[in-house]
Amino acid sequence: MIASAISDPILRTEHLGRAVKDKVLVEDVTFEVRSGEVLAIVGPSGAGKSSLLRLLNRLDEPTSGTVYVEGKDYRQIPPRALRRKLGLVNQRPYLFPGTVEQNLRFGPLQHGESVSQESIEKLLSCVGLKGYASRDVANLSGGEAQRVSVARTLANSPLVLLLDEPTSALDDTSKLEVESSIQNVVHDQGLTCVLVTHDTAQAARLATRAMLLEAGRIVRIGPINEVLHA
Amino acid sequence: MLRLFFNNQLYLGLAQALVAALAALSVVLLARKRGIHLESETLIAIVRGIVQIVAVGSVLLLLLRSPRWTGGFLLAGMIVAAGATSARRAKGMPEAFRVSAWSIALGAGSVIALMTWLGVIDTTITSLVPVGSMLIANAMNTNGLALNRFRSDVLAHTGEIETALALGAEARNSVSPYVQASFEASLIPAIDSLRSLGIVWIPGLMAGMLLSGARPVYAAIYQFVVLAMIFAASGLTSLVSTLLIRDRIFTAAQQLSLQPGR
Repeated sequence: MIASAISDPILRTEHLGRAVKDKVLVEDVTFEVRSGEVLAIVGPSGAGKSSLLRLLNRLDEPTSGTVYVEGKDYRQIPPRALRRKLGLVNQRPYLFPGTVEQNLRFGPLQHGESVSQESIEKLLSCVGLKGYASRDVANLSGGEAQRVSVARTLANSPLVLLLDEPTSALDDTSKLEVESSIQNVVHDQGLTCVLVTHDTAQAARLATRAMLLEAGRIVRIGPINEVLHA
Repeated sequence: MLRLFFNNQLYLGLAQALVAALAALSVVLLARKRGIHLESETLIAIVRGIVQIVAVGSVLLLLLRSPRWTGGFLLAGMIVAAGATSARRAKGMPEAFRVSAWSIALGAGSVIALMTWLGVIDTTITSLVPVGSMLIANAMNTNGLALNRFRSDVLAHTGEIETALALGAEARNSVSPYVQASFEASLIPAIDSLRSLGIVWIPGLMAGMLLSGARPVYAAIYQFVVLAMIFAASGLTSLVSTLLIRDRIFTAAQQLSLQPGR
């Protein structure tokens, strides 16, 4: 039983694909992610990296194949519950008007849950923003906003964190701050993570495995060094 | 001046229509000089408008001798036409015609029915059809404004909406700020009409009543009654249409189907 829990992938795609009209965005993508693993999806612009992440979060519907979450076909999981399990952080933070704390409470509130003040502080501390709870999001820098966005997703206690180019819209200083927060969350807490990035150096810093995507198809998948230096 | 040249009322009317159309076309020519091309759309609208209103005038002439219930059929036809017209303002929105027709039917239709039953609108065809058509036409405009605003707000905020969805929000909650904004914006013309009544404009209905010999105070009060009914019909239509369209821009799996470029 325990051996099975260790070896079973937490997330698995099977011949996953999406085509809109005649355009193929993602095609025949099969891979798995195990608990505590960080998988980087790399590839050129237009390779289908973000489209794949949207399929994992089921913001778009696959036109072929499916995704299994803890062995269960994700089409059998109610979409709202699924999206909590597979928490997505977008390239842009899209914070809701109000305070940092209100943003962190948003996800749990959708399911009638409240978050304790202690948990809020813990989440903010996790992303290096201790004491920011009462700040208005309008006054945050780009890097701070993105870290609030990560904490907001973590407030839903996801099984897997899906990160879509989380630092591509940031300057170098903010990028390092966000990366450090991700490293803290992923490595210290052992959270499973799928990271989409076009920055191979960032992939090498954060991930253990990588998948190279081109024209919507997997070109290579394996240990980070093998994929990036092949 | 035109009256000097035309003794026949029909010819006078046609001459007046021609002069008014020329005034409208001169604006189009001015716009053209600034690089804004409205020529074909305006020309078609002017021709359509004159043909339609003359046709309706002829139908009204026939209806004057028809039983009262025929007015209901005419208003039902107007609701369908209004639904088709305002649905054009919501390009790309799923089931825009059905949503528009149902909303106008529920919004304007229910106000017309209630007010007729209460005796606020007279059941004679010459009263029911013109007053009813005013309510339907205004509901149509409000519905078009609401759908158009909702569409542009959603397309401009797909990131925010999908972020809310990704955090587990219910689809209808993720667009609630845009439903509210569309509803409020669509009612601005109706509110302004009520607010400026008598100060900025004296509406046609009141002018017509005065010309036909009604007492000025009654004509004024009835004009307020009509505008209040227009507000009620428009508000109800906008409320229904924004709520109906809200659920139609998502798939069964709570995915936003209204996306830029799709």
